[in-house]
Amino acid sequence: MSRKRMVATAAVLAGALVLTACGGGGSSSAPAGGEEGGGDTLKIGFMGDLTGENSGIVIPPRNGAKLAIDEYNATNPAQKLEMVEYDSQGSADQAVPLATQAIQQDKIVALIGPAFSGESKAVGPVLEQGGIPSISASATNPGLAQNGWKFWHRVVANDSDQGPAIADFLTRAKSPTKAYVISDDQEYSVGLADAMFADFQAKGVAVERDQFAQTASDYSSTVAKVSAFQPDVVVYGGYYAQAGRLLKQLRDAGVTATFASGDGSLDPQLIQGAGAPAAEGAVLACPCNIPYGATTGPLADFTTRYKAAFNTDPAIYATEGYDSATLFINAIKGGATTPDAINTAISTATLDGVSKKIAFKPNGEPDVNSIFIYQVKNGTLGLLGQSTEATLG
Amino acid sequence: MIDDFTQQFLPSTVGGLAIGAIYALVALGYTMVYGVLRLINFAHSEIFMIGCYASLLVVITVGVSAPLTGVALLGMLLLLILVAAAFSGGAAMLLEVIAYRPLRRRGAPRLAALISAIGASLFLQELFALFVIPGVFGRPGRIDTAVPRIVDRDVLFRIGNADVRTDQVIVLVAAVIVMVLLDQLVARTRIGRGIRATAQDPEAAVLMGVNIDTIVRLTFLLGGAMAGVAGVLYAMEFENIRFNIGFILGIKAFTAAVLGGIGNIRGALLGGVALGLVENWGAIFFGSQWKDVIAFVILVVVLLFRPTGILGESLQKARA
Repeated sequence: MSRKRMVATAAVLAGALVLTACGGGGSSSAPAGGEEGGGDTLKIGFMGDLTGENSGIVIPPRNGAKLAIDEYNATNPAQKLEMVEYDSQGSADQAVPLATQAIQQDKIVALIGPAFSGESKAVGPVLEQGGIPSISASATNPGLAQNGWKFWHRVVANDSDQGPAIADFLTRAKSPTKAYVISDDQEYSVGLADAMFADFQAKGVAVERDQFAQTASDYSSTVAKVSAFQPDVVVYGGYYAQAGRLLKQLRDAGVTATFASGDGSLDPQLIQGAGAPAAEGAVLACPCNIPYGATTGPLADFTTRYKAAFNTDPAIYATEGYDSATLFINAIKGGATTPDAINTAISTATLDGVSKKIAFKPNGEPDVNSIFIYQVKNGTLGLLGQSTEATLG
Repeated sequence: MIDDFTQQFLPSTVGGLAIGAIYALVALGYTMVYGVLRLINFAHSEIFMIGCYASLLVVITVGVSAPLTGVALLGMLLLLILVAAAFSGGAAMLLEVIAYRPLRRRGAPRLAALISAIGASLFLQELFALFVIPGVFGRPGRIDTAVPRIVDRDVLFRIGNADVRTDQVIVLVAAVIVMVLLDQLVARTRIGRGIRATAQDPEAAVLMGVNIDTIVRLTFLLGGAMAGVAGVLYAMEFENIRFNIGFILGIKAFTAAVLGGIGNIRGALLGGVALGLVENWGAIFFGSQWKDVIAFVILVVVLLFRPTGILGESLQKARA
């Protein structure tokens, strides 16, 4: 979803500059004063858009991280931790000075974030120079791993893994002989559609594609193409607004093929737009693990604890935020107290996390690119599991 | 390629006719106002949007919980069309009084009226996004508003390999009936004669005892009502509406009006249907992403050879 974020980021930039200069300073300087004397509390930073337009996808990982740190502190450890929040508004321009402040004044030993890809790109060199290890719970741009950074990590798969994972999953779950690939004309959509198209082709599935303008709302020509091709699966690259309209028009025209899309369409608004009957059975994929409808196991347990702490259900990237913090906590439990030692510890660590099993490649990417599959059942989104294991009901 | 064409031609045609009929209904408002006032009413796209939300209001107020059939469906459609036409026609008249009449009274240049039209268009969009949709409907203002289903998507009959559904037939039949009524109204009644006279020569019309203000008001009312009907049909067919829904559709409808010959009622009908069909036919060969390109290339080509559009005549010369 990197493009959507970039646009929004640019939009909030101007107005937010003034606001967060104060907000960020206030939140981090107050605890800083109290810490000087204590000595046995280490600081972990959390950076992302906490109050801006896209804070809806940053608050959940922030809550997840906070939950992990609070739970750790509640065990009364010798080495207490404190989470310091840096509200970057998702903007690279604000993230860089905040990162400098975090390193030089607040002396954080590790950073969770930045949440988005744009700010991650800008903050990366600062952290690298300061030698502060970072784990992002939600930055999915593929390019971030190619900077040669030694201190940067993320716990989610990147955007380029999503398309192949969707195509692989459908090939395994539905054994299609014919697939139809649709997208609108946005960068994210076309990229996802390209990847799915190529993967189906490589698997020997007969595949055709069509594309419509983002602003269009009558898809009758696309629907006619799909009807004529009679595919077993229809995959869509794009966001939920268009996906909802498209899915409705496909079902209205009697197309019964399995419909699948990526994280841009993973939103309850998809079901609203398509209407519950048309949306039923739709398959969505995401690098994120949202415990929708989990009733047993660690995910259900996490949901209960999260809900008790924040009085709301865990949403997108909440589990990833929790796991990011847990990685740092484990390193500190293991005796690492300097940024350098923590970085060494997490680089070789393995974690059986809430979201998934996590270990890092030397470039900071997770060693397994997990994509999670969701399906609309009885009008709500439910988690089916990892794309390599999930089965369609 | 030939295979694609034979398989997709008829289904694409059905889809093209449905959207083309909606283009045509909206195009009527542009063309009538242009014929009478030589003004391009850019806020007309928002009059269409108001029609969409008026029909949602009716559906919610009546409380349609399941798709209707038979007499209930017919009654519902009539109610929808009447209410939406009243809302849209009323809004169009109000628009004329507020945004255009003061300018006309003071003899402002046409450019001023055009800017006023664009201002009114943006104002209405934001009014709905900020107040009307959250306030009246209790939904978020800037994303799609879902419309409950009132017609089942049953296949009524087949032409070749194309399924023709009930909802598509309703769109076409309703649009044709309304357009024939309008055409006859303009061609045969006293009001229609007034409209044609004003379009032909406003000053002579005044000398002949035509009340220009009344005629202008009526023109906005009729054009707005047509957009209201289009809104009903759009909301019923696509079931997703939003505050800026008129923007792209309005541009297409305006294109249809120019294509058919702006100022010409039958030209708007022809232009709308032609545009809907050509878009969908072109998409068979080039892909749906080329729809807009195809539509505007056709427009340019037609205007190169027939600068006044396909039918070319203006409103005053249209005869029954």
